[in-house]
Amino acid sequence: MLTIATGNRAVADAVKAAKPGVIAAYPITPQTEIVEQIAEYVTAGDLDSRYIPVESEHSAMAACIGASVGGVRTFTATSSHGLLYMHEMVHWAAGARLPIVMANVNRALGPGWNTWAEHTDAFSQRDTGWLQVFVGTVQEAYDATLMAFKIAEDERVLLPVMVNLDGFTLSHITQSLDTVELGDFLPPFRLPHAIDTSNPLGYGPMTGPADYFRFRWDIERSMRDARGVITEVEREFAERFGRSYGPTEEYRCEDADVVVVAMGTLGKEAEVAIDRLRDEGVRAGSMRLRWFRPFPDLDLSGRDVVVIDRDYSFGFGGVVAHSLKSKTGIEPYSVIAGLGGQEVTYNDIADFVRNRHPGKEMWFGVSDHV
Amino acid sequence: MSAIPKEEYLYKCTSACAGCSSSLCLRYVLKAAGPDSVLVVPACCTSVIQGIYPGTAMNVPVYNVAFAAAAACASGMSEAFAALGRETNVIVYAGDGGTVDIGIQALSGAFERGTNFLYICYDNEAYGNTGMQRSGATPLGARTTTTPGGKPTTKKDLDRIVEAHNPPYMATACSAYPLDLYKKVQKALSIEGPKFIHILAPCPPGWRYPTEKTVEMGKLAVKTGTWILYEREFGKLAISGPSKAAMKRPAPLEDYIRGQGRFKNLSPETLDLMRQQVQQNIQRLSREEAGVC
Amino acid sequence: MYEIRIHSRGGQGGVTAAKLLALAAFRDGKHATACPFYGAERRGAPVVSFVRIDDEPIKVYSQIHEPDLVIVLDTSIMDVVDVLDGLKADGTVLLNSAHPVAGCNGTCRHVDLTGIALAQNLVVAGSPILNTPVLGALAKVGIVTLPSALQAIREMFSDERNVKAAEAAYEELKI
Ligand SMILES: Cc1ncc(C[n+]2csc(CCOP(=O)(O)OP(=O)(O)O)c2C)c(N)n1
Ligand code: SF4
Ligand SMILES: [Mg+2]
Repeated sequence: MLTIATGNRAVADAVKAAKPGVIAAYPITPQTEIVEQIAEYVTAGDLDSRYIPVESEHSAMAACIGASVGGVRTFTATSSHGLLYMHEMVHWAAGARLPIVMANVNRALGPGWNTWAEHTDAFSQRDTGWLQVFVGTVQEAYDATLMAFKIAEDERVLLPVMVNLDGFTLSHITQSLDTVELGDFLPPFRLPHAIDTSNPLGYGPMTGPADYFRFRWDIERSMRDARGVITEVEREFAERFGRSYGPTEEYRCEDADVVVVAMGTLGKEAEVAIDRLRDEGVRAGSMRLRWFRPFPDLDLSGRDVVVIDRDYSFGFGGVVAHSLKSKTGIEPYSVIAGLGGQEVTYNDIADFVRNRHPGKEMWFGVSDHV
Repeated sequence: MSAIPKEEYLYKCTSACAGCSSSLCLRYVLKAAGPDSVLVVPACCTSVIQGIYPGTAMNVPVYNVAFAAAAACASGMSEAFAALGRETNVIVYAGDGGTVDIGIQALSGAFERGTNFLYICYDNEAYGNTGMQRSGATPLGARTTTTPGGKPTTKKDLDRIVEAHNPPYMATACSAYPLDLYKKVQKALSIEGPKFIHILAPCPPGWRYPTEKTVEMGKLAVKTGTWILYEREFGKLAISGPSKAAMKRPAPLEDYIRGQGRFKNLSPETLDLMRQQVQQNIQRLSREEAGVC
Repeated sequence: MYEIRIHSRGGQGGVTAAKLLALAAFRDGKHATACPFYGAERRGAPVVSFVRIDDEPIKVYSQIHEPDLVIVLDTSIMDVVDVLDGLKADGTVLLNSAHPVAGCNGTCRHVDLTGIALAQNLVVAGSPILNTPVLGALAKVGIVTLPSALQAIREMFSDERNVKAAEAAYEELKI
């Protein structure tokens, strides 16, 4: 059905369609509308899920872990400090191989309380064993949340998936949304290691180095297999519902001399900058990085690359710029921009391209090339 | 009210909602505490009403800290001042969510360790900062954005949890009785060790009543016996003035419920349960004060 | 692309007005986005919302710096906020006011949305509802069609007084 919705509402509607058995979540700006909308759906009887209004995010993830291993589909949503507060359990969920889906509404971290968009919250969890996808439109927030359940629950993956959407800029924007009739797109939930009293297993007991090490390798193997599963699921989604996605979204890249790499809404805004630059005769393109874990193979050889990081690893550099560099060998022009909701327009992005210095780093509006 | 100093530590430029009683309480808390005080504030409405950097509506140092961390952070600060030989008051000003939900572990730890500080929980009975979701302190039947059908469970009894830590001083207060609050803060700060004050702080947008009814709402909470004002010094209970009369002849609970949108469409069963709870509380505290157990 | 900036105070319905407008434009077959800009403020503080309408999909997420149309739901904001900031030379201003307001350049129009809401008894928690009547005024200005405006209102609200208020604003606004 074609309607309009906010990014948060789109996530809640996808969750309603996916019908998790248990949802445990805790409110935090700017994710709150997801929690509130789900509470409405459950109260009104539109969604037959058990909703646990936990007392903290640590408990939200812990409850999802209990529910998932108990044998039902589970969902939670958080943001920023909420994500950080559940960190211990975020690792746990992946280590326990539980296909939990979580929406994370990307927001800056205190102190200075700041509720606006930034990607540092998600990147602080990048080594936990979660799959991470970043979306750029309301429609994509809906579609990616639906696909997240299917990818996570695939027996070749059995890892949790985090769907990231930019705080306010995407969580609160109203755009068109086409909701789907799911049909049998999501198979019934089946977890091979769900609790079963007729097969009494010990979960996560003391584990020696050899077994522990093998378990970690298993996670990595599944992470590698996940690439194929993601492609399969995205292809099936396109066939069924007519919208196709990939590890990246490329825009006017074929003949581009310079490519802007960005994530989330900045990746969309970059497309407008590309149109402007093309009008000026600059052969520019953009590549919006959708999947961050597993990190995709990028083909950018022979071009200048401008990476916009809405995050930073202090004492090191922009997380995306350095990931790209280590994967492709390309020395990008690394722009740090948009932290704490800093306004970045398509004009600014066009300027980044015009004034690029490959191999250098620049903090937009704060410091020069260094 | 002549006893209350004129000095202001919370300026009128706060960005609190019209009719906000918790910010009014903070004004009296700071007047009682005086300038040699630090406020430790977890995420809550108080983090917002201070205003946006580089401005501040406060004239004492305010240490803003993560949602779950206030009591633990205050523990560290209190020990630091002790190490430096400073007498500075360390006061946590936290919401109900930051106290009874996510912050209860830190609260319990600090009280068990005997931290020398004053922990004040201002209780607007929901998560105000994020737009009025339920908290553990939300009363039975109240509608919030996460309990659109009314909260199915009762309010967590925070005071009895704190009481179980045997603090040297604990008290309840209500924004409608600022002088009572003022005196309790002064007394609390005169005692060494962990002190606790639980303030009922009516909130117009959360409770859904017109802003000009804030004082009336607080008075009705006390007059109906829904909220009982008392002090407990070294375990000994003393009911405070305004509640003494109210407990003998409580006003009908409906007087309090009626004016609040959050209690709209309460079922008769829920209302009955609420009445029973009020009765039980009154009886429990009256008996205890009279020495009958 | 047509860009609209809505000034209101928190709680006055500016955010919902933006959503309604986007929905009406969408029902006209256009692409539209509505985006509130939240500060760290409480009820009663000035807030802005942005609406973009275009024939093509809209990829811009940044704020609107050079609006084609500025809507002011509460003219008292004009004392503290420069509502005309960046307004295009041929831009339009729509004020919720019974009278013309001094110091307003551009094509300045005014309509008494508050009066219209009160006449329909459209009041919530003591405040008149402005977000539905303003849609009628916007239809008159030609931003959306009246049928789509009314459809959008009906999709989001069940109370027909909202529709009546929008129709009244459509009638009252002088072009
Ligand atoms: C770990 C974490 N989770 C969630 C939040 C979001 N948050 C900020 S304040 C708040 C509610 C505060 O409620 P309460 O303590 O009752 O204070 P009030 O806002 O009512 O004054 C929430 C959920 C946060 N800042 N940090
Ligand atoms: S929401 Fe309630 S407690 Fe928070 S500032 Fe507003 S009136 Fe005060
Ligand atoms: Mg509260």
